[in-house]
Order: sequence, then structure tokens, then C-alpha cells
Amino acid sequence: MNMIVTPASPATPNGTTRPQVRIVIVGHVDHGKSTLVGRLLHETGSLPDGKLEMLKAVSARRGMPFEWSFLLDALQTERDQGITIDTTQIRFRTNSRDIVLIDAPGHAEFLRNMITGASQADGAVLIIDALEGVRDQTRRHGYLLHLLGVKQVAIVVNKMDRVDFSADRFKEISDEISAHLQGLGVTPTAVIPISARDGDGVAERTDRVGWYKGPTVVEALDRLEPARPLEALALRLPVQAIYKFDDRRIVAGRIESGSLIAGDEIVIMPAGKIARIKTVESWPVTPVAGRQGAGRSVGITLDRELFIERGDIVAHVGSAPSETRRLRARIFWLHDKPLAKGDQLLVRCGPKESRATVVAIEKAVDPGELSSVENKAISRNHVGEIDISLSSPIAADPYTENPRTGRLVIEVSGRIAGGGLVLSVDAGQRAVPVDIVPVESALRPDERSARYRHNGAVVWLTGLPASGKSTLAKALERRLFTNGGSPILLDGDTLRAGLNNDLGFSAADRSENIRRLAEVATHLARNGHIAIVAAVSPAREDRATARRIADTAFREIHVATPAEVCEDRDPKGHYKKARAGALASFTGIGNDYERPEAAELVIDTSARTVADAADEIERMLKTTGVLFDELVDLAANI
Amino acid sequence: MDHLDQLEAQSIYIFREAFGRLKKIALLWSLGKDSNVMIWLARKAFFGRLPFPALHVDTGKKFPEMYRFRDHYGKEWELDLRVEPCPPIDAVDPTLPPAARSAARKTEGLKMALGKFGFDGLIAGIRRDEEATRAKERVFSPRGLEGNWDVRDQPPEFWDHFNASPPQGAHLRIHPILHWTEADIWAYTKRENIPIIPLYLAKDGKRYRSLGDQDITNPVASTASTIDEILVELEQTKVPERAGRALDHETEDAFERLRVAGYL
Repeated sequence: MNMIVTPASPATPNGTTRPQVRIVIVGHVDHGKSTLVGRLLHETGSLPDGKLEMLKAVSARRGMPFEWSFLLDALQTERDQGITIDTTQIRFRTNSRDIVLIDAPGHAEFLRNMITGASQADGAVLIIDALEGVRDQTRRHGYLLHLLGVKQVAIVVNKMDRVDFSADRFKEISDEISAHLQGLGVTPTAVIPISARDGDGVAERTDRVGWYKGPTVVEALDRLEPARPLEALALRLPVQAIYKFDDRRIVAGRIESGSLIAGDEIVIMPAGKIARIKTVESWPVTPVAGRQGAGRSVGITLDRELFIERGDIVAHVGSAPSETRRLRARIFWLHDKPLAKGDQLLVRCGPKESRATVVAIEKAVDPGELSSVENKAISRNHVGEIDISLSSPIAADPYTENPRTGRLVIEVSGRIAGGGLVLSVDAGQRAVPVDIVPVESALRPDERSARYRHNGAVVWLTGLPASGKSTLAKALERRLFTNGGSPILLDGDTLRAGLNNDLGFSAADRSENIRRLAEVATHLARNGHIAIVAAVSPAREDRATARRIADTAFREIHVATPAEVCEDRDPKGHYKKARAGALASFTGIGNDYERPEAAELVIDTSARTVADAADEIERMLKTTGVLFDELVDLAANI
Repeated sequence: MDHLDQLEAQSIYIFREAFGRLKKIALLWSLGKDSNVMIWLARKAFFGRLPFPALHVDTGKKFPEMYRFRDHYGKEWELDLRVEPCPPIDAVDPTLPPAARSAARKTEGLKMALGKFGFDGLIAGIRRDEEATRAKERVFSPRGLEGNWDVRDQPPEFWDHFNASPPQGAHLRIHPILHWTEADIWAYTKRENIPIIPLYLAKDGKRYRSLGDQDITNPVASTASTIDEILVELEQTKVPERAGRALDHETEDAFERLRVAGYL
């Protein structure tokens, strides 16, 4: 805010460093959060010249009595409605700490903003109105602090002036909230009686609260500890990206815990591939010597070429996270539509993104009433425990072992809808990383290219059932083979009979089916073959995954035959069965086929012959560098 | 890791998320101290490169020193620099007070550039400590089709998980230095030896704390002629950073109105 003038930066010219503590102020609406914050800023001398006078003048002009909360509720809409609608951050200093104060709205409507604020805090102040006492929202906030892992909570009983500074009333509230928090495993660091409006108990212990012997609010803040250092934990470097800007292949990410140094033997999870760190790259000076610890955003190179993806976790051999496709998590839910068993979600664990299905809702609680509501669904602003199954394996830690990697968020339609802590990880069959060192082919890709007169490629035919994918794929296979190439057909149905016979037709299983197809096809392409994949692959996201896996070798062909024509053809009788209701999850009836937006080629088989279509595919493969137009003397280039 | 290391690491993390999760991004370069630090951080994130364009939405009314700086470092830092003009003042909401109206040209220029290039993400160098409405920002902040900011409906953002799917046709603002303060910027500029425009250093008892258009930016009284002296000054001053920005002070909510409409 513009009122922050005392720089909290410890990086002063003389280099002094003060511990920085981030705190959040939460509590029921109208219990006095903004007033307390305004008062704290005033008492610690953190207001810029003229700010107070300006706000007093504005209040006078509007005929309103001055409120300390005006300092904070800077937005016009907030002043008009008299509520704080979003989290904001203010800095000030106590004797020994730089405090970053996160003001979080108390209104139930804005719980997501409170969580946004509180998730970044080392400690919290929970405020309670002495007259109203503990309310639903007070309990809800207490519960969420616990869920977010905020352990240091100071309780402030505000508006003591309204209860004549009654020690009895204070004790009553103090006992109630302490019992509630202790039930959650949180011990309050202090319970302080105050009047934020008048200043009692904020920075000074006035006569009116003479019976109280504990710390003031400022003193309580002064005692908060900064976040626990994460360097002592096992190494976790979630991969954000792989950069190939020059001849270096840099694995980039932030060290969430532990530390690393060039020469370390590491394991890439969940695949379990092992390598050694060659260098730690940086700019403007590179490589960097010395150990890099938690919190650093780094880039490392490895001593061997491994296939690494965003979301993989780099760990040390012997202390790697578990690989799993099953998680149990305690979550809070912010979306309008309740979360129910069977729901399809997108789960993010660090940079790793995975589609997931809710297998079970084990608990659903309204944290305001702390009653277990029902076990069927978790409503908006409620919390619960869920069991989820992931479409692809991830590496994760339980929250108790690593607070950074043991948490997740849930996305619905591209927007964060909830989040929580990993309670347990089902280690599955491969709890211990296996030492996988890929063995490369004896042949170089260019040796194969010289023989086949083409580069390796994945030609991905997608389209509705009966659109003509397999027919086209077979024609293309014959054509390429006749010309001396090495095409291999990977038909979705054929692979489902063997490699993928453990998979059904849920969205998660379909994703996994496509992922495996893409992996096999990419392996073939890397070895110089043209893998022709014929698979409905209805989900755009799954095809995007396939493209990611095959990378530059990927060519997508949308077999865009009109749906009526496909249904009319119906060679396998699927449409007929589906219309009769005998074929669940059949793509084609209904609208679940997501058309490609940027396929390399679009072919409508209702309008042309197979030979004609194959011609066009061949042309595309030529213009995109898969087939060689002329016989290239590769030997001369070697 | 000291405080500046922490700020740097967090910004790099944000840059890499933006680059990895959005399709077409650009960095808004206003030539001031904050966006210069931002370019520096981006080069750290991407090992010496800026792998996306730097966009200067040019009002045509910057100080000559700023244009010289742009032309020199645009080249030296090998930026893919796009300079985009702003529409004339007549094209801008006449109900705004004069300075705000003048600044709103930039919002319009920004919209035009967005339409022209189809960016789905714009990296902007705003900081929470600059101004009250900026303090309320998200790191990844969705903008509506008109570039507008709906402060009442911001997505939840926690544990460094950002919402990176802009609504169809809309874009995201990405704020990699939201968590920095003015003093952090100077301390880092000094530590990393990042070039600055000399207007920030005091001459004849005045210096600019914040650089905008010539006609709506005023210098503040100061004797700080080195970065070290600026840092000492910031320790002591109670004058807000944007005191020299006329548009902030015309009416109580002028700046908020600008920001809701899409201003930075």
C-alpha cells in the first residue's frame, strides 16, 4: 500500500538483517480486524505523513466518524460497503521483527481470499469480538489455520470496552477458543484482551486491562518465529521446465527442500531414473560453485540424457519421495459445486499436473460448526478428507514429512477450486526407486534415415469412430512400406487387447491409454520408424500430452468425417449398440469429442478416395520434413 | 540465502511458471527502475535470454533520457523490442481528471497492442507497496475481455499455485515483483549493478522517485545522488513513492478507476 514507507527490507546499506515474519489477521466479519491493523500501523509509527489527516478529512467530508479501518479499506467499494473484500499486505516493524501483515477478509463470501492470504503466513492473529464471542466464522478460520499448517496463533479478544473490560467475560471467551483450537492440535501463543479502537492492549497495557498480565499484541508479534528452515529436509527439486536455449540442456526448478551441489547422484521421480548433477547453471556467471539450498530457483545439467518432464521431482538416491497413483488428502473446497465421489479433477502437486478421480469422500465437515455434515459431498467453504486416484503416477510426500511437496491444489475449469494436504501416499509396488539407466540403440537415427529415406515420426490419426482412421492408417502403412520406408501401425483397439488390457473407459483410463500409445509410438519414432497411430483420442488434453511426449516428431491428422456419415458407416456396429444404450462411454453419440484446433492436416473421408487422402498425408509428411523429397546423401554429412 | 536472494528466487519461479504455462507472453518495459530489475530477473530465469518480446507502450511523452536508455539497452540486452504507440487524448474517457485521462492513453495503447499480437499473458512490474489497489493484486491476475480487472472476483491463489488459464480471448497479468519493495529494488539494482536512468539521482536538490510521462510526473526534494544515499533516504522518508505522480492525487479514486479499467 502507499502507506508503507518504513522499508521492511533487511537489505539496508549497512547490511543488517532482521528476521521477517509474515502474519495474517483473521476472524469473523466486524470483529475488528481492519481497526486493529490501522491501530497497529499508528502505534508502530508506520504511517506516512498526512495519511491520517487525509482520511480524517475524507471522513468529515462524508459526515462519518473516523475509523481506524479506513486506513486499510483503501478501495472505494470497500469503504462504500464497509467490508474488506480482499487480502492486502502491509509492512511494519516491532522491536526485533520485520512484520509483513496480511489482512484477510472475514466475510464468508471471501473465504478464498482469506485462504490466499493465510497460506503465506508464518503466524496468525485470530480476532474475536468480546461482546459477540466465538462465532462460526471464528471456528472456521481456526480450523483453516490448522489445515494450512499455521501453528503460531495469537488470540485477540477485541472491543473489551463494550464489556466494561470484564475479566470474567474475557476468561469465558479465552477458555472457549482455547479448547476449540487445542482440539485441533493448535495451542494459542497468547490470548490478549484489547480495545483496538482506543488502543488498550495493542502496544500498551493500559489501566483498564490492569488485571491482564500477558503480552500486548505488539509484544506477541515480536515473539513469533520465522518459517522453519527447509534445508534440513531431504532434497526436493520439482522440475518446472527443461530449457535448451543453447547447447546446454538445463533442468530448471526451485529447490523446495534440502540442498544440492554438482557431483550429487540424483534420482528423477516418479520414473526412478538415476543420473549425476554435472553443473549448476546460472547467469551472468556460470556454472555456480557451492551448495544450493531450499528456496533457490536453480538450473542443473546432468551427466546423461534422460527424458525428464515438467513435474518430475529431482531427489537424492535413498531419500526419494514415493511414487504413487493414489493419495489421501485433507482439503478445503471453494467451488460453488460440491465435490462428490466420482468427480473428475485436475490435481496440481507443485508443477506436476495430473488428472484425477475422487474415489471416496471419507469426511465432509463444516468447519464453522465442526459437525460432520455428510459423507457424500464437500460443499463450498467446507473441508473434508478424500481419496483420489491419479491418471499418471506422481512423486509425493505426506505433509508431515515435507510441508512443501505434501500439499496440492485442485483445479476445475482452469481455476483453483480447492487445496489441501497430502495425508498419505499409497506407495504402490515401486516404493524404492529402481535404478533405471536407459540403454540407447546401437544405431544412430541418421543411419536409419539413410536407409528408410525418412525421419522417425508419430503420425497421429484422431477422429470419431468409423471416421476412417484405420482404413487410412493401413493405406498409409502400405504406401510407405512400398517406398522402402519403415511404417508401423499402432491401432488403439489392437493395443487395448494386450498392452492396455488393464484399462477401462473412464476419463482417467482413457488418458492413460493415450499416454501409453504415445510412449510406444515415440520410442519407435526415436528409432527411425514412422509410427502410425489410429485412435479416437477424444480429449484435446490427452492429445496435447501425446504431442508433448513425441515432441517435434508429432504430426496430428484430424480425420474429420461428418458424424452422420460415421454413424451411417458403423462397420463395427458400435453406433447401433450405443443408440440402444448398450455401450456406455462411447465417443460419437453425445458431444465428448474435442476437435483438434491446430492439426497438421484435416481430412474428410466422405469427400475423397482413400488413395487421394493418402497422397495428401504423404505430401504433408514431405513438407514437414518427415519424408525426404530427394535421396539425400546422408553419408556425406556424417 | 539473504532477503534479496529470496526475492530473486521467488521472481524467477514466477517467470518460469509464466513462460511454461502460457502460450504467448510479453514483458511490459516502461524503462523505469522496476521493469529494468524485471528484465534482469528474467535473464536470470532463462540463463541470459529474454525468450519473449519486451513491449514498450509508448505515450511519446517520456523523458529523452528514457528513450536513450531504451534504444541503448534494447540493443545491448538483445531484446525483441516492440514499441507500440498510444491513441491521442481525444480517444480517451473524457470524464477522467486530466492527469488520469492522460495516463489512460496507456491503457488504450496496451489494449491495441494486445489485439495486434494476441498475447495471453503480459508481465508487469507492479509492486504491492506502491499503491493500495496494487496491494490487492494476485501474482497471476486475470483480465476481462476489455482488459478490465474484477477486484471482487479474483481467483484464489495460494502456495505459489497460480491460475494460468485465461478466459477465451482475455489475458493474464503476471506480476513477478509484486512482493518487492522500493528499497528492495534499489538494493538489488546496486548489488547486481543494473543500469539506471540518471533522473533517479538528485540534481539541484531534486530527483524522480518514479518515472512516468513528462507532463504528469514531478521530481521530489532530495539530495540522494547515489543508490546508497537513496537507500538511506528511503529509511527515513515518510513521503509515498508515487507522491510525484499527479494522477494518483486528483480525486480519491482516480487511480483505482484506472486500474479497474486495465491500467497497470
